[in-house]
Amino acid sequence: MQLRNHDVADDTGLMPTLPSRLPVCVRGLRKVYSDVVAVDGLDLDVRAGECFGLLGPNGAGKTTTIEICEGLTPQDAGTVELLGLRWETDADELRQRLGVQLQETQLSEKLTVDETVRLFRSFYRQGPSASEVIAMVQLEEKHKSRVGGLSGGQKQRLAMACALVGDPDLLFLDEPTTGLDPQARRQVWDLIERFKSEGRNVILTTHYMDEAERLCDRVAVMDHGKIIALGTPRELIASIGAEHMVEFSVVDGTGPVDLAALERLDGVRVARCENGGYQLHVSELHRAVAALFGELSGRRIPLTELRTHSATLEDVFVSLTGRHLRDE
Amino acid sequence: MSEGTVLVETREIRPAAGRRPFIEHSLVQLTLVRFREFWREPEAVFWVFVFPILLTTGLGIAFRNRPADVVKVGAVGPQLAGAMRTNKSLSVELLDRAAGEQALRAGRIVLLAVPAADGVVTYRYDDTNPEGRNAKLLVDRTVQHAAGAHDPVAAADDLVREPGSRYIDFLVPGLLGMNLMGSGIWGLGFAIVDARRKKLLKRLIASPMPRSQYLLSFLLARLAMLYIEVAALIGFGAWVFGVPVRGSLWELAILCLLSSLSFSALGLLTASRVRTIEGASGLMNFIMLPMWIFSGVFFSSDRFPNMLQPFVRALPLTAVIDALRAQILQGVSLSQLTPQLAIITGWLVVCFFTALKLFRWR
Repeated sequence: MQLRNHDVADDTGLMPTLPSRLPVCVRGLRKVYSDVVAVDGLDLDVRAGECFGLLGPNGAGKTTTIEICEGLTPQDAGTVELLGLRWETDADELRQRLGVQLQETQLSEKLTVDETVRLFRSFYRQGPSASEVIAMVQLEEKHKSRVGGLSGGQKQRLAMACALVGDPDLLFLDEPTTGLDPQARRQVWDLIERFKSEGRNVILTTHYMDEAERLCDRVAVMDHGKIIALGTPRELIASIGAEHMVEFSVVDGTGPVDLAALERLDGVRVARCENGGYQLHVSELHRAVAALFGELSGRRIPLTELRTHSATLEDVFVSLTGRHLRDE
Repeated sequence: MSEGTVLVETREIRPAAGRRPFIEHSLVQLTLVRFREFWREPEAVFWVFVFPILLTTGLGIAFRNRPADVVKVGAVGPQLAGAMRTNKSLSVELLDRAAGEQALRAGRIVLLAVPAADGVVTYRYDDTNPEGRNAKLLVDRTVQHAAGAHDPVAAADDLVREPGSRYIDFLVPGLLGMNLMGSGIWGLGFAIVDARRKKLLKRLIASPMPRSQYLLSFLLARLAMLYIEVAALIGFGAWVFGVPVRGSLWELAILCLLSSLSFSALGLLTASRVRTIEGASGLMNFIMLPMWIFSGVFFSSDRFPNMLQPFVRALPLTAVIDALRAQILQGVSLSQLTPQLAIITGWLVVCFFTALKLFRWR
C-alpha cells in the first residue's frame, strides 16, 4: 500500500511528499452520466489543516466530485484517497472520520433539534455529546424545537451539527450557504472558521466568490468537469494581472468607444464591452481613471455610470472562461 | 510530512469509545425516531387506530341482528282481536272496517282480519309483500290455535343467536387484516419514499449508520405498534359487540406478527425505487386495490367465481383474513392453518429479498 502510494506520487510528479499523508489525494477522477462528462480527469490535493474550495458555476462537476469523495457516487475511473484510506477497502472507517453536509438534505421535520443530533451521534464511535455540538452551532435555545419550525439558517447550522457530531477529521460542505440571508451566511462562515482554526480539513463547494475568498486557503476553479485554475484566492486574482476593475457606461448614441484606444490608456490591461457597458482590468487605479476621464472628455463622450472595485474571484472566472459564475 | 504524521497520531491517541448507554445505541435511536415520527403525525394515528374502530362501530350498528320484529296487524271485532293477541309477536289493533281499510292502505298495518257471518275469517293483505305473507301465516295459525286446533307433530324452537356467527364477528377479523395490510404498506412505504425524496436517505448513508439497522428499525417500530393496533381493535370488538376470541392469544400474536412482517416486506418492495410521494401513493393503491376487493374483508371471498379463486387465494390478504377468521372465531390452531401460513410466508420471503435487491438509497 505504502509502496503503491509512492508510485502514484512519482508517476504524477505533482507532490514531492507522500500523497498518503495528505488528507485528500485524488488522481485522474472521471465520471460520465449517460452522455455528459461530469468530471473529466480531475487531480486534487488538499493539504493538512487546509480549507479547500471548489468553485464553479452550476453543472461544473463540483457536487459530483464531492459526492465521489464522500463515497456516495462510484467513480468511473481514477483514485480517491482520504486520510490515507480508500473507499474500496476502508468504507466503514472513512464514514466514521468524515463529516458530511449535502446540498438540499431535509432533515425530518417532526423531530426536535436535540433528537436529530442524538440520532446522528448514535452512529459514531466517538465525538462530542449532542448538547456540546448544539452549543457549537449556537442552537441551544432551539434544542427542543421541531426541525420544521427552524429558519433556513438554523436548519443549515443543524445540518452542520450533524456533520460535526462524529468529530470528523475531514469535513465536506456542499454549498453550505446557498439560499441563506446575509446574516445567516455570516453565522455559517463563523462556524467553518472555528472548525478550521482547530486545524481540521474542510472541503467546500460554492458559487459565491466572497465565500471562497473569505474561507478558503486554496481554491480550485472548476468548469466542465476540469480544474481550470488552482491557487490561493490572492494568487488567482493576481494571475489576471489586474488588481482593480473599472466599469462604466456612456450616454446612448455617443458610443461605441474604441476598445483598442481604451487598452492603450495608462494602467489599463484589458478592455472589454459587455451588455452595453465597458469593463477595464486595471493595475493602477488612480492613473487609469484619470486617463479614462481624459480620453472620454477629449472625445466629448459623457459618462452615465462609473464604478470601481478590487478584482475578485468572479473576475478571475470571467477572464478564464468569458462567462459569469452565476450564468445558468 | 509532519502534518500527516500528526493526522495519523490524533486518530490513534483517541480513547476507545466506552460502552454506551442502551438509549444511545443507533438501533434504539432509529427506532425511537420511527415512533416519534408516527405519533407526531395526527393523521397517521387516526388512520391506524381510530379509523378501524369507527368503521367497526358503523358497520356493527348497520348490520346488527335486530330482535324478531313484531308484526302490526288489525282486527275488526273484539273477539277476533282477543284471539290474535295470544301471539306475542303480533301487535293487534282493534279497528272498525273503514278505519282498518284506511290503515292497511297507509301501511300502518300489513294485514286486516275481518270476521264474516258464518264463522269464516277473511284476511286482507298484499300477497306480493313478504311481510304480508308472514303476517297471514302468523295470524291464521294463532286464530286456528285459539279455536282449538292442535299440531299433529310436536315441534320446539332452538334459536341460534350466539356470538361468533354474526356479521360483526365476520367483520372484525376482516378489518384487522385490512388494517395490518394498510399500516404495513403505508407505514413503511411512505416513510421510506419521503426520506428518499428529501435526500435524507442519502445523508444517512453518508454517515456510518449501519444500513440494515435502518430497515430493522421500521420492523421493530411496526411490531410494537402492531400489538397496540390489534389489541385496540380486538378489544373494542369484544367489549362493545362481544366478538369472541376463541383461539389462543399467543397464536394470534404470532399470526399477526407474521402477517405484519409480510405486508411490511410488500411495503418495502413498493418503496424500493419510487422517488415521489405521488408515485408511491399510486403504486400502493394499485397493489392494495385488488386485495380490498377480492380478499373478503366485508364479504366472503368464496362469492367470487371459481375461475378467479386461484388468484383470490394467492393474495396475501386473503390468506391473512382466512387465517384470522379461523383462529379468532373458530379457535383453529395454527398447525391447521398451514396453507394460509405458507402463502403469507411466501410473500414475506419473496418481497423481502426482491426489495433488498431493488432497494435504492438515493
